[in-house]
Amino acid sequence: MTTDPNPSSRNGFPEVRIINLCRHYQMGDTLIRAVDGVSLQVRAGEFVALLGSSGSGKSSLLNLIAGLDRPTSGAVIVEDKDLARLSREELAKYRLHTVGMVFQSFNLVSRMTLAENVDLPLRFAEVDRSRRDALARQALERVGLGGRTTHRPSELSGGEQQRAALARALINQPKLLLADEPTGNLDSHTGTEIMNFIREFNESLNMTIVMVTHERGLAERYAKRMIFLADGKLVDDQLNSAAVTATGQDGAR
Amino acid sequence: MKTYDLAELALRNLRESSLRNSLTTLGIAVGVASLVAMLSLGIGLQKLATRRLVSSGLFDTVVVMSRRDLRGFGHDDERNTATAAESRTLDEPARLEIEHLPDVLEAYPDIRFITELRYQDKPHLTMVSGIPSSARSNDAFSGIQGGFFSSEGAAEVILQKSFAAELLGKATKPGQEDEISVTELAKPLLGQELTLRYAQRIASPAAPEEGLPAKAGQSAGAESARQRDIPSDVAYSVISREQKLKIVGVSDLDPDSMRGAARARVFLPLNLAENLHVMQPSDLRDSMRGFNKQPSYSTISVRVKSPKQIEAVEQAVKKLGFNTFSILDATRSLRQFFAVLDLFLGIFGSLALAVASIGIVNTLVMAILERRREIGIMKAIGASDGDVKKLFFAEAGAMGALGGVVGVVLGWLIGHVINLGTNIYLKRQSLPPESFWSVPWWLVGAAIVFAFIVSLVSGLYPAARAARLDPVQALRYE
Repeated sequence: MTTDPNPSSRNGFPEVRIINLCRHYQMGDTLIRAVDGVSLQVRAGEFVALLGSSGSGKSSLLNLIAGLDRPTSGAVIVEDKDLARLSREELAKYRLHTVGMVFQSFNLVSRMTLAENVDLPLRFAEVDRSRRDALARQALERVGLGGRTTHRPSELSGGEQQRAALARALINQPKLLLADEPTGNLDSHTGTEIMNFIREFNESLNMTIVMVTHERGLAERYAKRMIFLADGKLVDDQLNSAAVTATGQDGAR
Repeated sequence: MKTYDLAELALRNLRESSLRNSLTTLGIAVGVASLVAMLSLGIGLQKLATRRLVSSGLFDTVVVMSRRDLRGFGHDDERNTATAAESRTLDEPARLEIEHLPDVLEAYPDIRFITELRYQDKPHLTMVSGIPSSARSNDAFSGIQGGFFSSEGAAEVILQKSFAAELLGKATKPGQEDEISVTELAKPLLGQELTLRYAQRIASPAAPEEGLPAKAGQSAGAESARQRDIPSDVAYSVISREQKLKIVGVSDLDPDSMRGAARARVFLPLNLAENLHVMQPSDLRDSMRGFNKQPSYSTISVRVKSPKQIEAVEQAVKKLGFNTFSILDATRSLRQFFAVLDLFLGIFGSLALAVASIGIVNTLVMAILERRREIGIMKAIGASDGDVKKLFFAEAGAMGALGGVVGVVLGWLIGHVINLGTNIYLKRQSLPPESFWSVPWWLVGAAIVFAFIVSLVSGLYPAARAARLDPVQALRYE
């Protein structure tokens, strides 16, 4: 179905398999079919954009892949495990070790410094304090915030906050990076900055990226595959050969 | 999450809304303080009462008597069960055996007899009792003028103050003894000599001979008269004797108090009293039965290390084949009273803590609402239900432990202030100050642990609620 340009050994194997996935919920008297019978596969190392208008079910689908929500029916299989069958405890472990998440609204803990925000997942993973500090500093340096470890999120610009959120998502070295409108709250300049980081993670760290966006232009520029959703259903799934790789472009404005 | 990280995060969270959390903690502290103050009062009162009773020498004493003696008192149940084998003679070997039982401090025979004492050639009839040197330490002789016996066998005597008054011719009516001070009575008497006249029993292996009628006491005389009819190969004579005694002390002990050695108005050192071989009422009974190979005691007083061991010692002595008596029942009801009192004080004290625990629930539920988004974030980046639960538990526990410590200090202060105030009042009423308030270390520990546990229990619901929070909804929440 898809040919992957990356030569890594993991590449090409299905990372995420979604089989006839439904997520319905009751709101008052009406049944909302947020995700309604979606089947798709995401291969390791892919950069996939989930596109659709608001209410199309793209965020719901992302939450199901992230293990934040449970499907009404169907299966999400990651690393041979059906997320629907995992216990709450196992699901937490999956979120901790396999998935990194970035959100539109950054979702940093405002009372904590950047370093503390970034090493929070390591606390849940019970990593020693000294190792945690080193890893957090490394991750922040990677996104260009090495000098701001003791700042609070409120002292940072939106772009910087999203970079910190990226550092937090990276810290446990997940295979899967899930981004929910990562540039939605940013101006185009900082948005590009963030997207360049995400693309870099995809290419140099070989992370599989699933990004939800409603901006078709953004998807076309960075994603190598575009999946269109409408009313909870998959309507189109196309490769995007127009995507520019990090090495062959100038970080277009 | 590691314990250290957990504690750090919890403390950080507590500092974040410090006013609300310190008020909640203060609530717990007040609850613990009231609990500590109430219970210390109960414990202190109990200590005061027990101290008084223990020093009276009553509650650490078991009186042992032979089972045989009870037959004469119409105890039907004893009559058929006490065979000769079970009912042992209360003699010297038995006394030694009892003394070697665990937790027994000493076992001494109760020697008591009514006899005549002459002072300045005037006869005075009274009850004389032998007391062991250990009596020196108990309350009964705390108000003594002069001194205690110089040795166990010294020819010395301590007088009860009403008897001292009688010797001096200061006749007192019962109830008016208080009007004369012991010091005043002791002055002319200390160092003076007193002559004790008594009926001595001398064992004689031969058939009954003409025993000298004892002049000393009426009872002894009457018994010795009947004693001549005993057809037995063991017999003894009763001889009237005299013993000079030096007055060394005058005690203000009330002769009608419950004290074991009381009812006597003249006290001799125990060894001296024993060696006098004064005719005892039990001698007569024993000689009638023909058991009397060697002298036996009518009763033995057994002093136990502490009132707690009374019951065990009583059981042990009963197994040896004797009857026992102690005022254990009185202590038991006293202990019961204090158990009930402590319970009530504890319940009232705990009420404040219960109210405080509702405060914890309230504070934590508020915290969940405030930190809803944060909980969602933590879950999204990999926190398990357990991690979130533990975090809220840690916060509840920290408030509880801190409240407990502050509360103990507060309770201690409250108790001290009350004690101080009461003592000032007592002083005004010209009563001696009393420490009726006591905080034992176990109460300090127990109060803190109790506050901690109550807080954790209060944290149960908020923690469970936080843990079950749906991350998708929590993240949507602004």
